[in-house]
Amino acid sequence: MDDGYLDQFVSLFDQFDVLAAFWVNIQLTFFAGILALVAGTVLALMRISPVPSLRWAGSTYVTLVRNTPLTIIIVFFVLGLWGQLGITLSPDFQTNFFRLAVIALAVYHAAFVCEALRSGVNTVPVGQAEAARSIGLSFLPAARLVILPQAFRGAVAPLGNVLIALIKNSTVVAAGSVAQASSLMLTMIEFRPDVIVAIFLTFALGFVLLVVPVGLATTSLSRRLAVAR
Amino acid sequence: MSVLFDVPGPRARRRMVWVNIAGAVVVAGIGVWVLARLGAKGQLDADLWKPFLTAGPWVNYLLPGLWATLKAAGISIVTASIFGLLFGLGRLSASRTIRVVSGTIVEFFRAVPVLLMMIFFWLGIAQLQIVAPADLPLVAVVLGLTFYNGSVFAELVRSGVHSLPKGQREAALAVGLRGSQSLRLVEVPQALIAMLPAIASQLVVILKDTALGVIVTYPELLDSARRLGAGLGNILQALLVAAAIYIVINYLVTRFAEYLAGRVGRRTAGRARAETPTLVVAKLDD
Repeated sequence: MDDGYLDQFVSLFDQFDVLAAFWVNIQLTFFAGILALVAGTVLALMRISPVPSLRWAGSTYVTLVRNTPLTIIIVFFVLGLWGQLGITLSPDFQTNFFRLAVIALAVYHAAFVCEALRSGVNTVPVGQAEAARSIGLSFLPAARLVILPQAFRGAVAPLGNVLIALIKNSTVVAAGSVAQASSLMLTMIEFRPDVIVAIFLTFALGFVLLVVPVGLATTSLSRRLAVAR
Repeated sequence: MSVLFDVPGPRARRRMVWVNIAGAVVVAGIGVWVLARLGAKGQLDADLWKPFLTAGPWVNYLLPGLWATLKAAGISIVTASIFGLLFGLGRLSASRTIRVVSGTIVEFFRAVPVLLMMIFFWLGIAQLQIVAPADLPLVAVVLGLTFYNGSVFAELVRSGVHSLPKGQREAALAVGLRGSQSLRLVEVPQALIAMLPAIASQLVVILKDTALGVIVTYPELLDSARRLGAGLGNILQALLVAAAIYIVINYLVTRFAEYLAGRVGRRTAGRARAETPTLVVAKLDD
């Protein structure tokens, strides 16, 4: 039985392209990650800016998005924006869903990027900001030249955690009918319920292999980049 | 106040008024554009929103959905706390074997997406036929949430104990407690108080992640909102109402935790830290 179990399990890989499914997750993570980083930086700038209305807008966005389940945001983008409002980002069905999912992931994780950067800003000593001001830099130059470069270095570890969360959350787009690792796992288990444990461990291992290097890299990077004080 | 800028003087205040106006125009512009788009598609029709002012959708869909969400979250919080305490103590154990085993388990479950676990338990337990089919989705959701959040709790216990001043343990040993007693009676209780804000943000994560249950056919709030929307043809509105419910509940949980942290924070030698602890994945230190 043991021999047969393994053979049957291996033969599954001929029928299902597991690597292609993981590749979709990596692409989702890549595009959503870049969008979230840009949007999150803007939000973080708004939240530390001297203008009260911008601070208010930034913190309202973060509060609202952080307390909403990602699943709702994805269903909202796919069923709501596409299904109800007819917003399409591509004539191709699959590409359209993919892009909507990328934006949904970015909208959600931008709030967490903003919080990570803010915690990075908090690692910058008061003296840095005071020194920047005393040599005559106003808010934006001070932020660009003095605060943010140090904040990004201090935020490497929390940003890495956001990236890890994003990798894992890219499976949630199954709720928006984007085919990727979690939906392939579901299909494979339904197709071969007898090797369910092996299938689950395969996919789990895939994510461990994606997540662990990111965790190790950001940990060592945050140590290397830490501003010596 | 922030140290990034001075207290605004008269010129800065005048400039700020203009920036405020510009910001308001941009926000209002986006708002008007969204409303215009919604209006053009007929999404603002009163018919689509009115059902939420009547009892029917609430009694038949949203409240049962909310109850299912709270039930799954409540059970998961209890089971995840037990899991977290057990494995957190395991990671702090004096035995190297126990440390490595619990460390591996905790790191594994933190690296695997919750959704994969839910799907696995959902289909796996169905095969074993030890749970009534009707309870299956709930069990799958609870197990998935337990293993993931329990692992996070275990990490919180561990990092909380490590963040305590060394004198706490030394004092416990000095009065004759054994190492395990010191952990149980002195260190872990203080660690939990110090980690209260982080624990609270994890409670919000549990509440939000119950929404993944929609994929394993658990009839929680998002699922009921979706069914309601499909029935009445107002899915956009139903999802917005469901999101609003989640936001209110999670906001209250966060606020309550902040209040609690402020109150009990004084009882510990460690500081009740406001920020979430660094969740360093795959750091198997022993």
